[in-house]
Amino acid sequence: MDIIETVFVRNNLVVAFAVVGVTIWISYLLADKLTAGRIHGSAIAIALGLIAAYFGGVATGGRTGVADFALLGGIGLMGGGMMRDFAIVATAFGVQLSELKKAGLAGIISIFAGVIVSFVVGAAVAILFGYTDAAAITTIGSGAVTYIVGPVTGEAIGASDTVITLSVAAGLVKSILVMIGTPLVAKYIGLNNPQSAMVFGGLMGTTSGVAAGLAATDPKLVPYGAMTATFYTGVGCLLGPSVLFFLVSTIY
Amino acid sequence: MIVYGVALLSGCLILGMIIGEALGAALNVDANVGGVGIAMIFLVLAGNSEKFRSLTQDAAGSGIKFWSAMYIPIVVAMAARQDVAGATEGGLLAIVAGVAAVTVSFALVPILSKIGKKSATEEN
Repeated sequence: MDIIETVFVRNNLVVAFAVVGVTIWISYLLADKLTAGRIHGSAIAIALGLIAAYFGGVATGGRTGVADFALLGGIGLMGGGMMRDFAIVATAFGVQLSELKKAGLAGIISIFAGVIVSFVVGAAVAILFGYTDAAAITTIGSGAVTYIVGPVTGEAIGASDTVITLSVAAGLVKSILVMIGTPLVAKYIGLNNPQSAMVFGGLMGTTSGVAAGLAATDPKLVPYGAMTATFYTGVGCLLGPSVLFFLVSTIY
Repeated sequence: MIVYGVALLSGCLILGMIIGEALGAALNVDANVGGVGIAMIFLVLAGNSEKFRSLTQDAAGSGIKFWSAMYIPIVVAMAARQDVAGATEGGLLAIVAGVAAVTVSFALVPILSKIGKKSATEEN
């Protein structure tokens, strides 16, 4: 056993390639045989990944899903921010400039609308749950923007650790729900062309959620959604501790 | 050479990230503002330009296409390393806030997409 463990740990990225490859192979097989292609194979693979991450988190008590198992540490590198961003940028290869220009204005509007709407909804939920101080309401609202905006805002305006943790959890729920929900609702919200994909990316904003949600819906839409989504967290971090906190403090 | 395409891709990402960090610093925000999006615009410009042909055609192009095709496997790995257990531990407030934000945002997609179509037809 020691020998196998040593080999797996030393070659963890290679192990990750093999494990993910087998997972995707099984997922496409399931999509084909069980759902007759109605559910995209990658949607099943992403769902399997999330389920595995849940059990990994429960079993190890860590924060990075299955990557907390020493034998699967390479999943952490393969699915980390660096590789994700590298592959997202690569999907832009072959994108037509004219498509980007067509949705430019709606894309920019959707980023600001998305941040503000998610914030208002999150803040309203915080108020419903009985929070009355401006810092807590703003931080939880920012968490509903993304799980990065929540702690960045919370730390800037001096929210308590409990509230910051809550805001991260709200952002995680959002991100996971976008991954699972996007292929299910795509048909009903007209998510089938580059323009609506750019609006979608701007409204949802969670890069991981948008990246996985669109991959499971139609991989051709990925670069358009990802492009606007990557501006969202920045805009959220900009508005959260400033304008949005100021507005909440005038009310509370 | 395959590596030329990979190097072009890397160059775009690094340049985009530097600009994103600089934008964040200029706006006094503790985040990278659109670094990936800016990098994507660089790659689109390079891909549509004659000057960069030797870095985007033939073998060099397949170096970029390889990473583009690795996108879904990377996203599956990304899903497998999410803090799903942490998200469920946040309790009812976190779940309600997350679900409500996603539901309202989904509902806005068709509405804002119409703006996109309108402005596109006006320009034409």
